[in-house]
Amino acid sequence: MSHSSQPTTPEAVRQSAAAADNRRRRKARPASRQWRRRGLMAAYIVFVLLPIYWLLNMSFQSNTEILGSLTLWPQDFTVEHYAKILTESSWYMGYVNSITYVLMNMLISIVVALPAAYAFSRYQFIGDKHLFFWLLTNLMAPPAVFLLPYFQLYYTVGLFDTHLAVALAHCLFNIPLAVWILEGFMSGVPKEIDETAFIDGYSFPRFFVKIFIPMISSGIGVTLFFLFMFSWVELLLASTLTSTDAQPIASVMTQTKGASGIDWGALSAAGALTILPGIVVVYFVRNHIAKGFALGRT
Amino acid sequence: MNKVYNNRAWWLILPMLLLVAFSAIIPLMTVVNYSVQDVFDAHTRFFTGTEWFKEMLNDPALQAAVLRQFAFSLTILAIEVPLGIGIALLMPKKGWQASAVLILVTMPLLIPWNVVGSIWQIFTRGDIGLMGWSLRELGYGYNITASPVDAWATIILMDVWHWTPLIALLCYSGLRSIPDAYYQAARIDRASKWSVFRYIQLPKLTNVLVIGVLLRFMHSFMIYAEPFVLTGGGPGSSTTFLSQSLTTMAIGQQDLGPSAAFSLIYFLIILLVTWVFYTAIMNMQKDNNKGA
Amino acid sequence: MEWMVWTTPTAVFFAVIAALLACMTTWEVVSPTVERKGFLPISTTRGDRFFIGLLSAAYIHLIVIGFTPLSIWMALGASVVWCLILMRWG
Repeated sequence: MSHSSQPTTPEAVRQSAAAADNRRRRKARPASRQWRRRGLMAAYIVFVLLPIYWLLNMSFQSNTEILGSLTLWPQDFTVEHYAKILTESSWYMGYVNSITYVLMNMLISIVVALPAAYAFSRYQFIGDKHLFFWLLTNLMAPPAVFLLPYFQLYYTVGLFDTHLAVALAHCLFNIPLAVWILEGFMSGVPKEIDETAFIDGYSFPRFFVKIFIPMISSGIGVTLFFLFMFSWVELLLASTLTSTDAQPIASVMTQTKGASGIDWGALSAAGALTILPGIVVVYFVRNHIAKGFALGRT
Repeated sequence: MNKVYNNRAWWLILPMLLLVAFSAIIPLMTVVNYSVQDVFDAHTRFFTGTEWFKEMLNDPALQAAVLRQFAFSLTILAIEVPLGIGIALLMPKKGWQASAVLILVTMPLLIPWNVVGSIWQIFTRGDIGLMGWSLRELGYGYNITASPVDAWATIILMDVWHWTPLIALLCYSGLRSIPDAYYQAARIDRASKWSVFRYIQLPKLTNVLVIGVLLRFMHSFMIYAEPFVLTGGGPGSSTTFLSQSLTTMAIGQQDLGPSAAFSLIYFLIILLVTWVFYTAIMNMQKDNNKGA
Repeated sequence: MEWMVWTTPTAVFFAVIAALLACMTTWEVVSPTVERKGFLPISTTRGDRFFIGLLSAAYIHLIVIGFTPLSIWMALGASVVWCLILMRWG
C-alpha cells in the first residue's frame, strides 16, 4: 500500500489509520518508557538467575573454598565435582534412571490421553463432566496420601524398584494433566474437519493418526513439555518406589550428606546438572509454547 | 462447540480410565481401609471405627497446619498472579530476545523440587549463601533456623521464584493469541493503556489464568520437598505444611491409621475447595458465552 | 488383596457407593436428566446433585464424629435425609 493513493476498502482505511497513529505514537512515546520496561524485565531475570548463578558458582569451587570465605566467583576454578559425578556410576546412573522413567511416563501418558481428550472434546456421554472433574482431583491428590498404598501395591505386583513403577505412579497426575491440556487444544480444531474426513471415507484410526494428530502437533508438543516437567521434578513418589536399581537422581543426591557434614560442591554440581535436561526440552518447544496455547483455551 | 451425544465415546476413555484407576482408586480404597484400623502388619490389626478421625479432627497441631496451609496458598496466589501477568506483559514479543527470555523465565519450573530446596538453602545460608551473607552484612540478623518470620518470607520468596514463571508463561501464550487487529482498533479509538489491558488483554487472559490459578492452588497444597530441604518445617513447626505433617506421620512414625484418617480429611478439604473453584469458574465461562 | 487390609464395614461402604453409581447410570440411560435450578444457587443436573449430596454427607459425618458425642448412625440418617431433599428440590 503506497501513501500517495487513497485507501478505499474499510480494511485498508483501518490499517493506514493504525499505521499513521503508530508513527505518531512512536515519536511521542518517550524512550524512557521503553527503557523502564526493559529495566523491569532485566530485574526479574536477575532475580531468576541469581540463585542459579550461585549454585553454579558453588559447583566450580573446591569444598575448602566454599567453606573458607564467601567469594563471588570461583577463585580457583575446578571441575572436580562434575568429574566425580560423571565418572562414578552410582552418580550418573541416577540421571539415567530419572530420564528413563520420565520418558516412559511421557509415552504412556500421551498415548492414552490422546483418545480420551478427543472423546471429551467431541462427544457428550453419561458422566462426562463428573469424570473430567474426577480426573482433575487426581491432579491435586497429594503424593503423600498415596505413598504407603503405592509402596504396598507395587511391591505386591512385583514392580517395586523398576522404572515402570515410577512411570505408572506418575500417571496419576500426568494423564489428567495431559487430558486437560489436549482437550483445550482439540476443542480449538473445528469439527467440520472430522466430518469432512469421515465423508471422504477415512476410518477413525486413520483419520486420527493422519489428519488430526498433525493438526494439533504444537498442542502435543506443549503437553509433552508439561509431562516432562511434572515427572522430572517429582521426587517423593520416585524415591519411595525405588531402592537401588531405579534410584532417581533426587535420592542419589541425599548421599552428599556424609558424616563430616554436607558435600556442598557435589550437591551443587549434581543440582546444576539436573537443570540441563529441562533447558534442552524448553529449547525445543520454545516456539510452540507461545503459539500452542493460543489454539486451545484462549 | 456443540458436542454429539454418543456413549461409545467411553471406549476412547477406557484405557486412560483403567490406568488412572489403577493408580488412584486402588490406593484410595486402601487408605480408607487403613483409616478405620490400627495396623501393625497385614495379619495383626484391630478395628478402631471412627476413633482416628475423632483424634485427627481434634489435634491442634494439624488444625494449625491446615490454617498455615491456607495462609500460605492465598499469600502466594496473591503475589504470583499479578506478578505473572506483569511479567507476561513485559516479555518481548519477537526476535531472539523473545526466545532467550522465554527459556530463562521457564528455567525454575524444570528444576526438581528438592534441588530447588537445595538451591535456596545454598543461596540463603548465612555463611556460604549470597543472600544470607548480604543481609547479614547489611546489618539484618537474618536467620531462617531461628526466626519464623525469616523462614516464612524465604519460603514465600522461593515459591514466587519457583512458580511465577508458570503463570507468566500461560499469560504470555494468552497474550500472543490476541490478533493485531484488536490493538489497531484500540489505537484508532485512542484507548488508554489501562483500557487496552482491561478490555482486550484481561478477557483473553481469564481462560489461561483459570488453568494457572487452579494448578497453582493445587500444587501449593502439595508443597513438600522445598520447605523440607530448606527449613525442615522449622523453626518449631512454623513452616510445617500439610504434606509434611502427613509424611512425617506416615513414614516417620509409621502410624498408618491416623495418617490415613488425616489423608482423607485433607483430601476432602481439597476436594471441596477445588469443586467450589471449578464450579464457579465453569459458571462464569457459561455466562460469558451467553453474553457473547 | 491381603495387603489392602479389607474390613467388612469398608467393603460394604465401597459396595454401596458402586451400587449407587450403577443406579445413577441406569437411571440416566432410562430417562436422561434435565438441568434445572432448585434451591441451590447454581443450576444442576441429577449427577451434580448426587455429587453435592455425597460430598456434604462426608462433611456431615466428619462434623458429627469430630465435634459431637452423637453416634455415627445419627450422621448417616441425617445424610440420607439431606441427600433425598437435595435430589428432589436442589
